[in-house]
Amino acid sequence: MTRPTAIQISDVSKRFVIRKEKSLKERVVNFGRSNLHKEDFWALRDVSIDIESGTTVGLIGPNGSGKSTLLKMIGGIVQPTTGSVRLRGRLAALLELGAGFHPDLTGRENVYLNASILGLTRAEIARHFDAIVDFSGIERFIDTQVKFYSSGMYVRLAFAVAIHVDPDILLVDEVLAVGDEPFQRKCLERIRGFQHEGRTIVMVTHSLDQVAEFCDRAVVLEAGRVAADGLPRDALKILRADFEATRQEEITKSQLSEGAARPLAQITGVALRSDDGETGRPTLAVGSGLTVAMQVDATTRLTDWILGVGLTTPMGTTLYQTNTKLMGVPPAPLLGTGRYEFHLADLPLGEGDYAVQASIQLLDGTDVHLVPEAAVFSVRGDGSSLGPLSVPITFAMV
Amino acid sequence: MTDMIEARAAELADQPLRLASPQTGFVSGTLQSVRDIVAHRELLRLLVARELKARYKDSSLGFIWSLIRPLVMLLIYYIALGKFLGAARGIPSFAIFIYAGLTAWTLHSEIVALGTASIVGNSGLIKKVYLPREVFPLSVVGSSLFNFGMQFVILMAATIVAHKIPTGSRWLFFPLSLAVLVVWALAIALLLSAVNVYLRDVGYLVEIALQVFFWASPIVYAWKYVLNEVGGTIYETLYLANPMTLVTMGFQKTFWVRGDGQPYPDRLGLRLGIVLMIGLVLLWLCQRVFARLQANFAQEL
Repeated sequence: MTRPTAIQISDVSKRFVIRKEKSLKERVVNFGRSNLHKEDFWALRDVSIDIESGTTVGLIGPNGSGKSTLLKMIGGIVQPTTGSVRLRGRLAALLELGAGFHPDLTGRENVYLNASILGLTRAEIARHFDAIVDFSGIERFIDTQVKFYSSGMYVRLAFAVAIHVDPDILLVDEVLAVGDEPFQRKCLERIRGFQHEGRTIVMVTHSLDQVAEFCDRAVVLEAGRVAADGLPRDALKILRADFEATRQEEITKSQLSEGAARPLAQITGVALRSDDGETGRPTLAVGSGLTVAMQVDATTRLTDWILGVGLTTPMGTTLYQTNTKLMGVPPAPLLGTGRYEFHLADLPLGEGDYAVQASIQLLDGTDVHLVPEAAVFSVRGDGSSLGPLSVPITFAMV
Repeated sequence: MTDMIEARAAELADQPLRLASPQTGFVSGTLQSVRDIVAHRELLRLLVARELKARYKDSSLGFIWSLIRPLVMLLIYYIALGKFLGAARGIPSFAIFIYAGLTAWTLHSEIVALGTASIVGNSGLIKKVYLPREVFPLSVVGSSLFNFGMQFVILMAATIVAHKIPTGSRWLFFPLSLAVLVVWALAIALLLSAVNVYLRDVGYLVEIALQVFFWASPIVYAWKYVLNEVGGTIYETLYLANPMTLVTMGFQKTFWVRGDGQPYPDRLGLRLGIVLMIGLVLLWLCQRVFARLQANFAQEL
């Protein structure tokens, strides 16, 4: 059965006018020339996204890319300049926890107020009240004014209220990183529960691991436009490459501005070779070794430097990382081209694709060059296990 | 579990797509706005309770403070105007006369002043959650009416003490005046609260305007003095065009039993009725302007 569209965003653009005047006096003084004191800023440009019901979509992108604006638009808080956002079903937004809390009221009064703001009726709140208090874990303080709460307690209560709303569409903005670890786990569990119940979830987050873990789909926004839209894995790859490009740019810029104070060096090539002699994009057997060859070009003299190597999953999670400093083998100062080789023996990797990371750092910690996905290789196993780790395993009845 | 997903999907498939934020025409959106507010009446009640509870939460006298202020004002006007300037000589039951007007005026100024600030004051909520934003000025009306109720009790007590309890048909003026007062105050509060988001100067302007209109209504002086000065001129018409003038006199007509022999404008009831009709049209217009302006609240705050 095809699922109905829960959220339909068609050709949405949003223009913010940045005015530099606010008071009546300034407006009168600048009357007629007021266009000089205006600046247009397009937070979103021609964004079209259709979201099916029951999917979990992650909105990701660098700061200022329009993620939160888009989320607010879905929530009806901000109206699009052109285009339209259409919805099906009841909507709840967890944009800021405890936005409706009044510091002078008690926890109990605030639960009622906040739940009502999120759209629950009085009867529904009364029914869920015990569950809310129970979830928050602050029964003892429920009749205390919330201004005496610690920030953790405040957020716990707010989150407890928010997740007891029964929405068809849930908007989440960076609120999952609250509370201590057990509480966070409880929250994430609850989000999973929401997914199983077929609710549509749209979340804005900077935690890319969360996107990889929870989302069925990820949308990358860049400067108000959709840069990528698809499986989280592909979207994350694009975003990470993007972040890397920005970072590299910054490094180069600071290298240029600092002149000769920092050495200019680059990893110009990374090649893989399996123990069987396969090169290019080798396929390894479980437990075999891999040689990583790197070529470094230093245009200024490179001293006190570190060469690093790492293994990551395609999602970008680091599995293994080391460098010449940790290994206790400092490379000699370099000017011109140098070739180096790491040999990783008996890799205990499970079946799947992996990427090799390469980096140059200085001993004082400054990054010189980093290539997050310098080369890729695959491991082929016998299909007896899942996950990136391979463990010799037996089973017996004892 | 898949059943749940399918069930929800099937349920959603039956619903039409709706716009995320109301974007309706100037006239056609009225019904939508009203329906939206009615759907949030629960929240409105809680917001009123919040305002009342939070206002005097940490003071030991609590609500009594909201009574002390008008009583002190009454005392000041009674002594300074009534005794020193001699206004009490021409006005029987001067205290009840002033208090009837003050009660009306306090309600009016509270709705207008607090209502104007209500949108900016709740910016935290407005930026984060979608609600019909009219609930904020409306909640001010609710909490102000509660305070008004307490003052009303005092006013009644005063008439009992003075052995001049208002009875009979004079009570007709009370609901009529109160309706005019609330409708006009709410209309002004709606308009100004929205404009205040874009122009913060409005808050200061309101303060001054309220001062002017306080003295432009026959609250601490009697209508007959105005009549003596400007009776029959254009100024009399102007003076009577102020809805609060009529509301004040409507209150006096109800509660100021000793003032029965005093002059009142002709057909006060009819005048109040006309002003109420105008007020209702104004309220509708102000709500429509509010609905227009509220589209950009979240980004302007």
